[in-house]
Amino acid sequence: MTDLWQGLVQAFWLVVTFDPELAEIALRSLRVTFTALAIACLIAFPLAAILAVRRFRFRRVVIAILNALMGLPPVVVGLVVYVLVSRSGPLGALGLLFTPKAMIIAQVIIIVPLIASIAHQSLRDIWAEYHDLLISMNVTQTQKVRTLMWDARRALLTAALAGFGRGIGEVGAIMIVGGNIDQVTRVLTTAIALETGKGDFALALALGFVLIGLAVSVNLMIHGLGQTEREGRW
Amino acid sequence: MVSGLFPLRVRGAETSRNGVHLVGPVDLDLDGQGLCVLLGPNGSGKTTLLRLLHGIARLRRGEIRWACDAKVARNAQAFVFQRPVMMRRSVLDNIAYPLVVRGTARRAARAEAVGWAERMGLGDLLACQAGVLSGGEQQKLALARALITRPEIVFLDEPTASLDGRATREIEAILHDVQAAGTHLILSTHDLGQARRLAAHVVFMLHGRVHEAGPADRFFGAPATAEAQAFLQGDIVE
Amino acid sequence: MIRVFGMVVALVWAGVAQAEIVRLAVTTSFQNSGLADVLVPQAEADLGMDVQLLVVGTGQALRLGRSGDVDAILVHARAAEQAFVAEGHGTHRREIMYNDFVLVGPADDPAGARAARTAVAALRLIAQAGADFVSRGDDSGTHMREQSLWDMAGGVPEGRWYKSVGAGMGAALNTASGLGGYILSDRASWLNFRNKGGLALLFAGDPMLFNQYAFLPVNAARHPHVNAGAVARLEAWLTSDAARVLIDGYRVGGAQVFTFNAGSGG
Repeated sequence: MTDLWQGLVQAFWLVVTFDPELAEIALRSLRVTFTALAIACLIAFPLAAILAVRRFRFRRVVIAILNALMGLPPVVVGLVVYVLVSRSGPLGALGLLFTPKAMIIAQVIIIVPLIASIAHQSLRDIWAEYHDLLISMNVTQTQKVRTLMWDARRALLTAALAGFGRGIGEVGAIMIVGGNIDQVTRVLTTAIALETGKGDFALALALGFVLIGLAVSVNLMIHGLGQTEREGRW
Repeated sequence: MVSGLFPLRVRGAETSRNGVHLVGPVDLDLDGQGLCVLLGPNGSGKTTLLRLLHGIARLRRGEIRWACDAKVARNAQAFVFQRPVMMRRSVLDNIAYPLVVRGTARRAARAEAVGWAERMGLGDLLACQAGVLSGGEQQKLALARALITRPEIVFLDEPTASLDGRATREIEAILHDVQAAGTHLILSTHDLGQARRLAAHVVFMLHGRVHEAGPADRFFGAPATAEAQAFLQGDIVE
Repeated sequence: MIRVFGMVVALVWAGVAQAEIVRLAVTTSFQNSGLADVLVPQAEADLGMDVQLLVVGTGQALRLGRSGDVDAILVHARAAEQAFVAEGHGTHRREIMYNDFVLVGPADDPAGARAARTAVAALRLIAQAGADFVSRGDDSGTHMREQSLWDMAGGVPEGRWYKSVGAGMGAALNTASGLGGYILSDRASWLNFRNKGGLALLFAGDPMLFNQYAFLPVNAARHPHVNAGAVARLEAWLTSDAARVLIDGYRVGGAQVFTFNAGSGG
């Protein structure tokens, strides 16, 4: 119990005094995850849209695979990426191992199936609603996709936030491909693992509380900006 | 008003789904004079035929020939569904949507939509989410959305089937005005009263086929077939 | 014009020199002892380079060196190091400093390890008592030393009281603390450990527990991207007087934990 309380107090002080190390780690956490999120959405949303509106032969198989990939263990993803980008691996010449770029790559692979799955479900529902109307109006494929995605934007935002949550809390994969190097690839989650390993539970808990606070704030801010809970607007 | 779409010739039109035969073979000639009503009991294939004429159901056999090019014909039509499809946006944006899709700038489209909304009596509801409207209001929105592109034909699939008396009366009044202004209407219904009130031309359907077709007063006054007679008397016709 | 050009070149050059990066894989015991936090920033300042530390077990450090993912390694497992150099993965082995391993366990010492004469004897007592023993189990230098001691005590144990955790020094100490078990640790990590709980230092001083740290540059002939020049400068610094002062002067809880012993080459 005292550990928890100490953790809370320490978290409070770290934040209030703008502790520079904490700021650096937290900013890196946000930078890595937001970059991964942006790239993942650029991949996942069109993928989800295509799966929702186009009929092609292997569609059901692709959807099943996508749902299954959600269960991909992140640490395995990290291991595979590690093997690929290590200097003795096929992509070694790019020098990506132990850099934030490798962490972003691993996170993208982990969160794309999640975002695509959730987005696809919502887009499919809304396509079922709009199907007759849009066909009747002869809209082009592009217009179809744009209309569906705009009208489903709340669900797409939820999908993105789910991806963000998964990403910001990721530790196994990014520990492996990032190496938890101080001032280079250390983020909140890997720092927590480090401090726990050192036996400094109070600091680890403090970082944990900061991480939770960060994740919750991001969610609240996005919802606030989008005014998603305002009646009749979304 | 002389229309480039009519006369419409339908020959041997047939369709089925999943092996179940739905409609046909149907032979029909429509000249576009006056409001045309597809009449018949539930399950007679009215909705399917309507969708075939509009081109949103696939024809398995036969042909549907408009007087002009099929693509031109398609762009001059609109469809109002039995259960209105409300897009998840405001009333104003719902009505403006068809214009935006056709390339009109959003601001101009919205301005146009305001006029149509007011004509339908939806002027106070422009900013509301379309989903919160009542059934009657939604159907009026659907009508405004159908009319905003100034189509030559509007197909309506049992437009007042789920509406109360007052909403039905309002819709029928609007349809009357629309027809008078020159837009051709082809409407399906199983409501005998509505058919009597609106139709200038009747196509009576049974079991997926056209059982009888002709001018309204002839159909209602002296139906040619026994089934039509039975239907007009209010019997259940199978 | 020439002057401006010259200034720009000098600035850019300085910028490039500033950004020189050396990736060094070090053992968790080096990090957990706290010496890394003292030594590395000073090295960076003196040399004007960015030393990126990857804190891993000795086994993984050697692996990273083999695959060329780091520029040099700092570990403490002599036999493995010599094999590393012999196989051509590293250019040579340079001894830097030593500390010692200590046997830590529950303060009430149920196995009576305190009274043992040698480290091997202490381990035998623990095995006989079947007391919980936590092993690093991660191919680290500490783990390798522990294994060789067990070999001399009669073989690596197989009972359920022998718990191989596959983790770094700190995590393993956490587990030992939680279980109230025995564990072999390097002295510095033990002194620096924050969660001692009911554990105490029970046995030390046996020459078998001597722990030598060495610096091994990765073979640039095999991995051309390695910054051999920078690595050589880092090695020179680590074996210089500046490093000696810091290493010998490093204290944890008032006690000296490391002793500088770099010769002129080795």
